[in-house]
Amino acid sequence: MTDLRTILSIAVRAIRANKMRSVLTSLGIIIGVAAVIIMLSIGNGAQITIQNEMRSMGTNLIMIRSGSSTSGGARMGRGSQPTLKNGDADAIQEKVAAIRLAAPVVNDSGQIVYGNTNWATNIVGTDNRYFEIKEWDLAYGRVFSQTDIRNANKVAILGQTVAKELFADMDPLGKTIRIKGLPFKVIGALTARGQSGPGQDQDDMVYIPLSTAQKKVSGTQFPDMVNMLMLQAYDADSTYTSQSEITALLRQRHNLGLNKDDDFTIMNLTQFMEMMQSSTQVMTILLGSIASISLIVGGIGIMNIMLVSVTERTREIGIRMAIGAKRWDIRWQFLTEALILSLIGGLIGVAIGVGGVYILPLFVSMSAELSTFYVLLPFCFSGIVGLLFGFFPAYKASLLNPINALRYE
Amino acid sequence: MSNTLIKLSNIRKSYPLDGFDLEILKGINLEINQGEFVAIMGPSGSGKSTLMNILGCLDTPTSGSYMLDGKNVENLSADELAEIRNQKIGFVFQGFNLLSRTSALENVELPMVYAGIDEKERRRKAIKALESVGLRERMHHQPNQLSGGQQQRVAIARAIVNNAPIIFADEPTGNLDTKMSMEIMDLFTKLNKELQRTIILVTHEEDIALYAKRIIKIVDGEIHSDFPNKQKASQ
Repeated sequence: MTDLRTILSIAVRAIRANKMRSVLTSLGIIIGVAAVIIMLSIGNGAQITIQNEMRSMGTNLIMIRSGSSTSGGARMGRGSQPTLKNGDADAIQEKVAAIRLAAPVVNDSGQIVYGNTNWATNIVGTDNRYFEIKEWDLAYGRVFSQTDIRNANKVAILGQTVAKELFADMDPLGKTIRIKGLPFKVIGALTARGQSGPGQDQDDMVYIPLSTAQKKVSGTQFPDMVNMLMLQAYDADSTYTSQSEITALLRQRHNLGLNKDDDFTIMNLTQFMEMMQSSTQVMTILLGSIASISLIVGGIGIMNIMLVSVTERTREIGIRMAIGAKRWDIRWQFLTEALILSLIGGLIGVAIGVGGVYILPLFVSMSAELSTFYVLLPFCFSGIVGLLFGFFPAYKASLLNPINALRYE
Repeated sequence: MSNTLIKLSNIRKSYPLDGFDLEILKGINLEINQGEFVAIMGPSGSGKSTLMNILGCLDTPTSGSYMLDGKNVENLSADELAEIRNQKIGFVFQGFNLLSRTSALENVELPMVYAGIDEKERRRKAIKALESVGLRERMHHQPNQLSGGQQQRVAIARAIVNNAPIIFADEPTGNLDTKMSMEIMDLFTKLNKELQRTIILVTHEEDIALYAKRIIKIVDGEIHSDFPNKQKASQ
């Protein structure tokens, strides 16, 4: 067996003997690797965007919404009838071990007014646990106090969008706004969170104490009822495993008989996120696979040129065989050549692909994110392509008969 | 001088042609001893090239046995034959058959590359071999920068570098003028005399064959005559 250094120097000499051809042969691999890197990075970028959105929504979240009401045979849809009570949140938090916090939420929407500006927004009645669950800090001011909740005080905490729309550059703290006609004192504002999905601005909200919402704003005929519970589990697994326990507890509290449907719906936001993530993963794989095709076409280019090279160098192969080259010596010689061509192509492709990922956002509004894995993967793939498509020409060369090969003109 | 290096017994070789087998070699029996200088002659189509290929372990016989240096080689695989060629045989061809774009030195190193000898040792031995054919100062030249005679001397250096006991020379002077031919043949004579290399020469030129100590004539796939060259054998 020949040593590696000699094999490499033979291959490099052959590649340099036909510079233009070698460059053109590698071009297929260069384009393929660059395309795969750019495509995977685009997919990766989408995934990271979703992950960031997920993080901004909070982690390990479970949402429980009131069940549907039935009115004259027409089922009114999820949350149309409040069935959940304030006490359900406390009970879940106390009795279900996997749940860290549970906050009751009353949703409403309406016009809010400050001076001569007004803004339609979402009104959320809840307590301080809500902010804890969402790990959401105040930009300034204070959260609800015990007195606020006990007395159903008309105080409000603004989301950043609302603060901006109503107050522009002014300081909202201590100002009085009108929510659905009632005066509320602004006690604070939350930090900006941004979008939690297409068109869902988490900052376009105004928060008031739960008691105030139930008694003074939403004016429902069911006092003590909430639309929704927001729960946070201790970890992602618990968002799945705690569900049956929560269901059992709520059914018991709502006195539902065996033949009755649940009057609430548990939505695992973690599960939803994971679905979103897996769908972008599918997109990444799809983009990568399509780009890989060009890499394979590049491999076919290498095979083509190696076959030409074997034919051209038949005499050389004959000389080497006559002098004592064994079949694997010949095979390794041509395999090494194919491998060097594809790996050099792979390296240049990595450079172009990485460069492309940096340049791309300047031209299209797309977030592409590099990752070591997505750079190494196509590079290694280029090596595999070289070995795979180099093998047939190398094998063919090794089967030549030395007598015929020596006589070849 | 009775050290048998090559022993052919009833070697036959046939090729399929248009449905029947064309027999090229019709039972060759031949013994060649260590240190002999043999010329194989014959008209084209006589089967001397086929015999040469079998003797050189480039081809295998259809039947018969071939013992080379005490080992039967008639049924070896391609890789085993490659190893035998590498260890036992040095080739010198009519067309020189050097690798292009490769220096004389690297051409001479080639058999040692496949023998797995390390780089330093390879270089040392290759320089020594080139020195013995008088081409030391040309060792970095590529074949296209050398004359025909010089190229053939590089090929001879390549044939002797691995200490192979046998040198096969297939029409080594076919592409050379008379003066260069004489130089090459003198070199073979010197290798035979001073280094005791066994030399098997295939040629159709009478005056070239006369450099050998024994002349074998092949006609129609059989040995037609086999006698010592009186002029040289006595030396």
